This record gives sequence, C-alpha cells and structure tokens, in this order.
Amino acid sequence: MDAIILQILNGLDKGSAYALIALGLTLIFGTLGVVNFAHGALFMIGAFCAVTLNKLLTLSHVVIDETKTDFLGNPLKVQVPYVNDIFGEAAGAAIIDWSVPLAIFFAIPVMIAIGVIMERGLIKHFYKRPHADQILVTFGLAIVLQEIIKYFYGANPIPTPAPDAFKGSFDFGAAIGFDANTIIYPYWRLVYFGFASLIIGAVFAFLQFTTFGMVVRAGMADRETVGLLGINIDKRFTIMFGLAAAVAGLAGVMYTPINSPNYHMGMDFLVLSFVVVVVGGMGSLPGAVLAGFLLGILESFASMREVIDIIPGINQVIIYLVAVIILLTRPRGLMGRKGVMED
Amino acid sequence: MSKTNLTRRGVLKSGAVAGAGVALPTIFTASSAAAYTNEPTGGSVTLGFNVPQTGPYADEGADELRAYELAVEHLNGGGDGGMLNTFSSKALQGNGILGKKVEFVTGDTQTKSDAARASAKSMIEKDGAVMITGGSSSGVAVAVQALCQEAGVIFMAGLTHSNDTTGKDKRSNGFRHFFNSYMSGAALAPILANNYGKDRKAYHLTADYNWGYTTEEAVRTSTEAMGWETVAAVKTPLTQTDFSSYIAPVLQSGADVLVLNHYGGNMVNSLTNAVQFGLREKQINGHNFEIIVPLFSRLMARGAGENIKGIFGSANWHWSLQDEGSKAFVKSFGTKYGFPPSQAAHTCYVQTLLYADACERAGTFNPCGVVEALEDFEFDGLGNGKTLYRGSDHQCFKDVLVVKGKENPTSEFDLLEIVEVTPRGQVEYDASIFGGELGSCNAGA
Amino acid sequence: MFGLEKKDANLLLFVAALAIFAPFILNPFPEGSAMAQFNAGYPDLMQRFAIFGIFAIGFNILFGLTGYLSFGHAAFLGVGSYAAVWMFKLLSMNVIPAIILAVIISGLFALVIGYVSLRRSGIYFSILTLAFAQMCFALAYSVLTPITGGETGLQLALDDPRILGVSQTPEGNIPVPGLFGLEMRESFEMAVGPWVFTFNIGYYFCAIIMLLSFYLAIRIFRSPFGMMLRAIKSNQQRLNYTGLNPRPYTLAAFVISGMYAGLAGGLMASMDPLAGAERMQWTASGEVVLMTILGGVGTLIGPVLGAGLLKYMENILSKINKGVLEGWFSFMPDGMSDTFVFLTNLFVGKQWHITTGVIFMLVIIFLPGGLVELGKRISGMFRKKDDDNTKSAKAEPAE
Repeated sequence: MDAIILQILNGLDKGSAYALIALGLTLIFGTLGVVNFAHGALFMIGAFCAVTLNKLLTLSHVVIDETKTDFLGNPLKVQVPYVNDIFGEAAGAAIIDWSVPLAIFFAIPVMIAIGVIMERGLIKHFYKRPHADQILVTFGLAIVLQEIIKYFYGANPIPTPAPDAFKGSFDFGAAIGFDANTIIYPYWRLVYFGFASLIIGAVFAFLQFTTFGMVVRAGMADRETVGLLGINIDKRFTIMFGLAAAVAGLAGVMYTPINSPNYHMGMDFLVLSFVVVVVGGMGSLPGAVLAGFLLGILESFASMREVIDIIPGINQVIIYLVAVIILLTRPRGLMGRKGVMED
Repeated sequence: MSKTNLTRRGVLKSGAVAGAGVALPTIFTASSAAAYTNEPTGGSVTLGFNVPQTGPYADEGADELRAYELAVEHLNGGGDGGMLNTFSSKALQGNGILGKKVEFVTGDTQTKSDAARASAKSMIEKDGAVMITGGSSSGVAVAVQALCQEAGVIFMAGLTHSNDTTGKDKRSNGFRHFFNSYMSGAALAPILANNYGKDRKAYHLTADYNWGYTTEEAVRTSTEAMGWETVAAVKTPLTQTDFSSYIAPVLQSGADVLVLNHYGGNMVNSLTNAVQFGLREKQINGHNFEIIVPLFSRLMARGAGENIKGIFGSANWHWSLQDEGSKAFVKSFGTKYGFPPSQAAHTCYVQTLLYADACERAGTFNPCGVVEALEDFEFDGLGNGKTLYRGSDHQCFKDVLVVKGKENPTSEFDLLEIVEVTPRGQVEYDASIFGGELGSCNAGA
Repeated sequence: MFGLEKKDANLLLFVAALAIFAPFILNPFPEGSAMAQFNAGYPDLMQRFAIFGIFAIGFNILFGLTGYLSFGHAAFLGVGSYAAVWMFKLLSMNVIPAIILAVIISGLFALVIGYVSLRRSGIYFSILTLAFAQMCFALAYSVLTPITGGETGLQLALDDPRILGVSQTPEGNIPVPGLFGLEMRESFEMAVGPWVFTFNIGYYFCAIIMLLSFYLAIRIFRSPFGMMLRAIKSNQQRLNYTGLNPRPYTLAAFVISGMYAGLAGGLMASMDPLAGAERMQWTASGEVVLMTILGGVGTLIGPVLGAGLLKYMENILSKINKGVLEGWFSFMPDGMSDTFVFLTNLFVGKQWHITTGVIFMLVIIFLPGGLVELGKRISGMFRKKDDDNTKSAKAEPAE
C-alpha cells in the first residue's frame, strides 16, 4: 500500500513536468495551429535562465589567499562574489542560495521576449505552411538553440541547488499513519508539484475568465470569424506565444534543482511531451494535463521492481506502449477533436 | 589494378607528390607500396583522435582532445616534456616517433557506435591514420576496436570501463590503459567493509546496458564476498532523467546502502535525486544510510554539486596524486590550459605516449610490431605506479584509486580526495574469466 | 529506354553518371592541399552516400507520394542491419543472403507496424510510428542485449559458426564480408598528378543497388499504383467516396519503403559488419526526414541529394578542428586570422550541429522544395535571360 502511494506521489510529480510542457505545446498548437518542436528548447532555456542568474549573482572578483595553494602550487585565488560586497556576506550568501526561486522573476520577461521574437521572426511565416514544415523549421531552431547554449555553458550538467530551506524530505508516511521512512518525499518536489498546479490553474483561469482569454478561445475555434469581427487576433496570438514560452521557461527554472540542467534536456523532454500532447488529444488543454499526469503515474508504476520482475523491460517502453494503446482505442487521443492534424 | 585492404593514403600523399609530373596517370600497386595499412613514408605520421565532441560526453571529449594535443606537443619535443621525463622507458627522444613528426586528425564520435566508426574510417581511409585512439564510452570503444582490428591499425582505447572491452570483445589490435568494472569492485569492497561494516544490505540501481551489467556484477560479487547482502537490483533505462520513482522505494526495501551503477548524466541525476530524497540522513538497521558510485568522473561529478560529498567511488587516476609522473603531467597540462586534467585526459595522454614508445622500441609502425612491443610491457612513471600491459588480454594492470567526495573543496576542481591506493595485486584477475578471443594481430595490407 | 519516358531515362542516366564518376567528382582537390579537407571521395563516405540515398528514396515513396510522415523509419534500417549481421554470424560472409534476409525481415516488421499505425493518419500516425521505433531502440539497447549486442552493438566473433563459410581466416582473423570472393573493402587507387582517386568494390556494389532502387522508384512513381498513392495524398476522403479503399495501397507503400530501409540497413552491415541500436533512435528517423526535405519531397532525385548533403556535412565539417583552421587562415595578419579562426570555429568541428541546423532552417524557410527547387530556380534564372517570358520558378515539385 505504502509503495503504491509513493509511486502515485512520484507520478504526480513527474506528471506535473510533462503536463506543464504539454500545456505550453497545446497552447501554441491550439491558438496558432503550429506544431512547435522548439518547445523543449524553450524549457531548456528556462532552466538556463536559472543557471545564468546564478552565474550573475556569483560574479566574482579574485582575492588571493596566500595561506592556501592551488593545484599548481601557486597561491590560491579565492572568488568573492560582488553580491557579498554589496549586501554583506550573510545576506549575499542568502541571495545566492535563493537564486532558483529568484530566477522566476528573471525568466518571465526573458522567456516572453524570446517567445515574441520567435513568433514574429519565424513562426508567423509558417501559419499557412504544412505542419511538416512547421515541425522541421522549429526542429532546426531547437538544434541551433541548444548548440548555442552548449557553446556558452558546455555539455556537462551544471548544479543549481534549491535553497537550503527546501533541502531534505518530508515524511508523509509518519504524517498519515504509516511507519516512519516508508513514504518520504523531497520538499522541493512538493514545491514543484504545487507550482505546476498553480500555473496550470492560472492558465485555465486566464483563458476562462478574462476577455482576452475569451477572444483567444474564440480565435482557436474560428480564427477567420474573429478576424472579421474587427479584432486583431494576430496580436493576441503573439502574446499567447510569449505566454506559452513563459510557461515552458518557468517549468524549466523550477526543474533545475531536481535535475542539474544540461543543454540537451530540452530534446530529452521533447519527444515525451509530444507523446503526452498526442495522447491527450491535439489541441485539448485539459487533455494535455490529464495525459501528462496519467503517463507520469504509469511510468512510475512501471519502474517498480515488482513490475519489472514480471515484465522485463516494461520500464523502457511503458510511455510508448500506452500511447499506442490509447491511440488505437481512442483515435484522437483522450480528449481530441475530430479533424485536427489528421491530414 | 591491385588488391588492397583499405587504403594507404599516407603512402600516396608523399608518393603522389614525388611522382607528380613524371608519369601520368600512375596506378599504384599495393604489394610494392606498403607492408601494412597506412605505412607512413614521408616525414610525418598521422594519429587519429576520435572523441565525443557533440552529445552528453562532449566536455569529456574536449578534455581528452586537450590531452592529445599536449601529448603530440611533447612527442614532437615541444613544451616541458611532461611525462616523457618521468616515463621509465627512455626510447622517446622528443623528435616525433621514429624520427617522424607527429601530426593528428580529430573526429566526432557523437557517442554513437555508428558515427564513431564512420569517423574512424574516414581517418584511416582518407587521412592515413596509423593509430586511432579516444572515446568516452564502452559501446564506442568496442565498436571502434573491432573496426581497427579489421582495418589493420592500432586502437588505443580512451575512457572505457566495461569488462567487455578487454574481456569478451577484446581484439588483438586494441589496448586499454583505463581500469574496468572488475577492478572497481575489487578495489572498493575492502574499503567499504572497513568504513561501513560487513553486515550491510545493498540496493543496486543499474544502467540498463552492457557497462551497467558488468559493473553491477563486479560490485555485487566483491561486496557479497565480504558479507554484504544484495536486497535488490533494479535496471534503469539509459534515457531516464528523473530517477525519483526508482529511488523512492529504496528505503522501504530495508536496504541501508544504495549503489548507483550509473555513469555520466545518469550518475549526476540519480545521485542528485537520491540526496534530494534525504537518503543520507536516514538511519536504517542502526546504520547510517550510504550511497556508493562505483565509477567516479570528476568532470561529471561537478554537475552533482554538493551531493557528492562523502560518497565513495573508484577512479583510474586523480590529479592530486603526488608521484613524479602525475605531478609532471598536472604541471604541463595546468600550465597550458589553466586547470587540472581529468582522468579521461590522463588515460588518453598516457595511451598516446605508450603507443609512441612501443613504435620506437619496435622500430616500426607495423601494428604487429607494436602489439608485440606492448604485450607484457612493464613500465612506471606514468602516474599509476608500476603498470603491466598484460599480453593475454591487452589490459593494463596498475593500482586503482578509491576516492571520496571531498567535504571542504577549495576549488571547483578539488572535488575528490583519494582514500586509498589499492595495490595492483589486489585487483588482478585471470584473463580467461570474461571469455572472448584475442585473435591475432592484423597489419592490413 | 528501360521502359521509361525520355525525361526519366535522362534522370536515371544522370544519376548513374554521378554514381560511376563519384570518386572523381568527390575528390576535386589535390592531395595535401589545404582544400583536401573537403574531399569526400573515400570509400566509407561514398558508401554512406549510396546507402542513405537508398534509405531516403524509400522514405520518399511513403512520405513524398502518400504524405504519411513516418517518424520511426530508422527502426527498419536497424532491423535490417541486425538481420544481416546475424546472417554473417550464422551462415556466411557473402553479402547476398544477408541483404535478402535484411529486406525480408524489415518488410515483415513494416507489415506489422504499418498495419497497426496506418489505422490512424496525420500526426497520430507519426506518433504511432515514433512509438514503435522508440520501443525497438529501447529494448534493443537493454533487455534484448543477447540478440542485439546492446550498447556495444552486434558484432562478429571468431567463434561464430558461419556454416557455409569459415569461422576464422587462416591468419586467425574474422573474415570480411564479400560477394563470391570479392571483398567489399577492396579498393584500388589511381594517382593522377597530385590527385588521388579511390575506387572501392563496396562502393560500386552499393551504387549499383542504389541505381536499381532508383530505377524501381521511378517505375513506382510512374505506375498506376503511384497515381493511386498521390490520390491518397491529395484527398483521401474523395478517394473513399469513389468506393476505393486506400488502406491496402498505403500499406503497400509503407512496406515497400520499409524494405528499402531494410535494404539500406543490410548494405550498411555489409560494408561494416556491426549493427548498433542507435541506428533506430528517433533522431535517426528524424535524419531521413531531414534528408528528404533538404533534397525535395516528392521529387525523384531530391532525397538522394539531401542524403548526400547531410552525410557530407556530418563527416566533413566535424573533422575541421582549430589547427586546420589556423592552417587555412595563416596567410592573414595575426589579429585578422584569429578573428577568422574564431568565427569559422563557431560552425565547424564540435559545433557542426549549428551549421546543419542553420542550413536546414534556411532551406525550409526559403526553399520549401529543397535543393531541387534551388536547381530549378537557378536554371529558371538562366532561362529568363533568353526570353522575356517571366516564368516564375515557383515551387512545382519536380518529378
């Protein structure tokens, strides 16, 4: 029982990352009709916003410490961050410690700007082109973006720890009456889950309860008619793209303490999140979220050793297997509409 | 028209230039031109450095390439000579190899066996390389080694840790200086028993491919021999990035040690996740919960940040070693590039020197001569103490380092401390235990 | 000629000429010159051109004609090479049975995967094929290691049975693949002044098979069957209304293109007897899509050109390192050469992915018809000079 609860928790946590990326993909697809293969790259760039902020905060000047030596036997050069000089050592250290949450505020404008530039500069010209062209041009863009990041940050993962306050884990088991140490869960992952739920809720509320959202939804349903009503739908769509980029970016920022970011993390997530979107049904926002959590949970269960012992290799293929089964039984995914992306 | 096995571009390069303007066109005949693949006839010899330049191991590849460039510089008599001065064999003069200037070509393995073979082939067929070296994974090493055997050139493996490279997939033309899974297990086990006691229950997470299997097997056998119990061993997909669902059940299993048979990105992620779950703060069966990473890579460990503190693992070499060879190498590498070399860089540098030295001693670049010179060659002064290139499987036997994540690093390079240098005698094994056949050397033409 | 229209026959002859003279065409620079870095006329790369040409031609039969975008085609290539290597291990080192088995096995795989995947269309079809291919890759890399060799790939060993051949050569080596005694890796070289041209048996074997495949593709494109496939692409619904069931036709196209992929895989194993699981990864499937689009979807020659371009970039650009660049720009003054080395270095060596990414984007943005369209536009520009008839070189898929 406790093992099952634990894997559900795990699944929710994994699922929230899938759901966030899939949500952004679906927003773009639903509003603009564009299949964005660079979405994984946006997630990756978001993560590197956190890395960049961390680097900015730890920009240092060198103080030579004569008492110690470096590996060549020269006096050790100690890096002292400027932040420490400005705010004092304790406050400076605290700011650096909190660089990942702070990066949220850094990432939002950056990601919106990147999203808007991408839409105006590239995607706009592809609205009328076949989906295959859209996939390929954004795929090319994704390669270029990740190679640029690699050029500046290298190929190895870069550690970006969570604030000290969130280190360690919470003993769920003890809290709900199981033995201690049976169900433990890291604080930061709980934060991630909460954060993801918040963003998902906010996106839905935004689309559901604001005039802007209403127009966008109308545009998703029938772009031409909305245009004929004299509404500048293009501008709104550009903003939507910026928003979707921000959602992907924030998912990336908050993900950095879970796994140290590297330049190809976007590609790692891209294929999975595509499967999630398609399983959810192209263009369906609730479908994307639902599929994200569903696949996250199934993946977690498939990784239990009791399951692997029965079906070896199931953990390798579970996501794809589920995708095949769902697509064969529900032709348009869980909640897809007819006629979308079927030609 | 003549029959040749692969090409001898090196011959033709010089031959063609010399013959230009004499008789056109000339068709070269093989038998008269070369005794072996890519026999260098001009004033230079070409080596092929085949390392991952794209993909997840690109940084490791970059460090290997730095080491190769340094080695070439030293072989050609440039720089401060590095380990040439400490190497026990004095055959190398700093005038290239056999008087020929050393040149090199580079290629990208992409950490894919296909791409690595394509790149190696182009070095052999197009650039006339007589030796291929490099790589940062066992899959690539085994694939390129087989290719070199077929083509009749020497392969000096870079970083490859699987038993298979000099075990079941060994080839006569291939040589490995790096240590392997078996040695990791043999070196680690006694240290673990000393530090953590003999009544431990271990839980293995294993990367689901050949290297993972051999490493799990090695660590399991050697720890079980000391009295540890293996509670479970779970295989994780190579493409896994989030290991939470594999790590969460560890505590429930009653295990008090977690062994992460992962490398590279997998290792960084699984270790980070395990620490996140607070495993190391737990008390199980009256023991502190511990994590072990059998193969440590300092370059990669940086990605795990503070999480590696206090974690045991093994390594082939570390820059903080204080023998003369290591000191000389760290000094020339550090002076040239500004940071200390990784173990990948070290093994690549050493392999290049060993190859060059073998050519000098054999008096030829002929692979069969080189093989003979390297087999059962005993040397010292290259950073690992007295080392033997065993003839029966072309594996180097030398001391193995047991290392631990440092608690108070003074710099970003100072991540590991050496806990023990396990003597060579303790990690030796019989060459036949992994199966496979060495075959005979192939000189190509 | 050969039952082809004049235009097609000319195209076939053109491709044949390219293939026969490839060792000359691809080695335009003299040995030892700075530009020799760009020579591609060595056996391995020429073989790859032909092999990936076959792969892309086959892919184009599916994608170009029916519009079904398979994102898992590399799986068939992988299966084909595994089948071929197993033949080498068990039967003999003759390439013919290996290739035949590769084609059959990949055809069967394609039949099963196609039968299931073709129940859906559009992106749902793409994801289904992707899912199957990823499953093949993941399993081949891990739990199927006894059959596939896993991480290290499936390779030959000295103790393989090879019933109709020998386990090892008298010298104690593994025998090499050949065609009735003609070894695939045999080459002979011709030096003409400073130029060196390499003629390789394996390459010509691949080239002949590539030409046959190309010929077959032309026949398919021009056949009633090809017409039917195009009808499926343009409007499947209308086709349904006429009472025709398009499924058997698309399935046939899928299987044919899967067999092409298997043929390519079998050839790959014949040239280099090792099969690795990475061949089946989704990025490998993506690569053939890129080749086809770079060259020109739905055109006959486009995929071959696209395959050539992509493989050329992968193999040539990645080998240009800083030392090479310094050599090129050494004639310049110091500061200037440093700048040039730095700028060029952004796009070659370990950064070669950027160049492919950029070229790829440029082609899709400005040349939706790929290289074939580029050719048309250029020839269109010349024609414009002749007469004032401003015929725009609009993308009209060349066939």
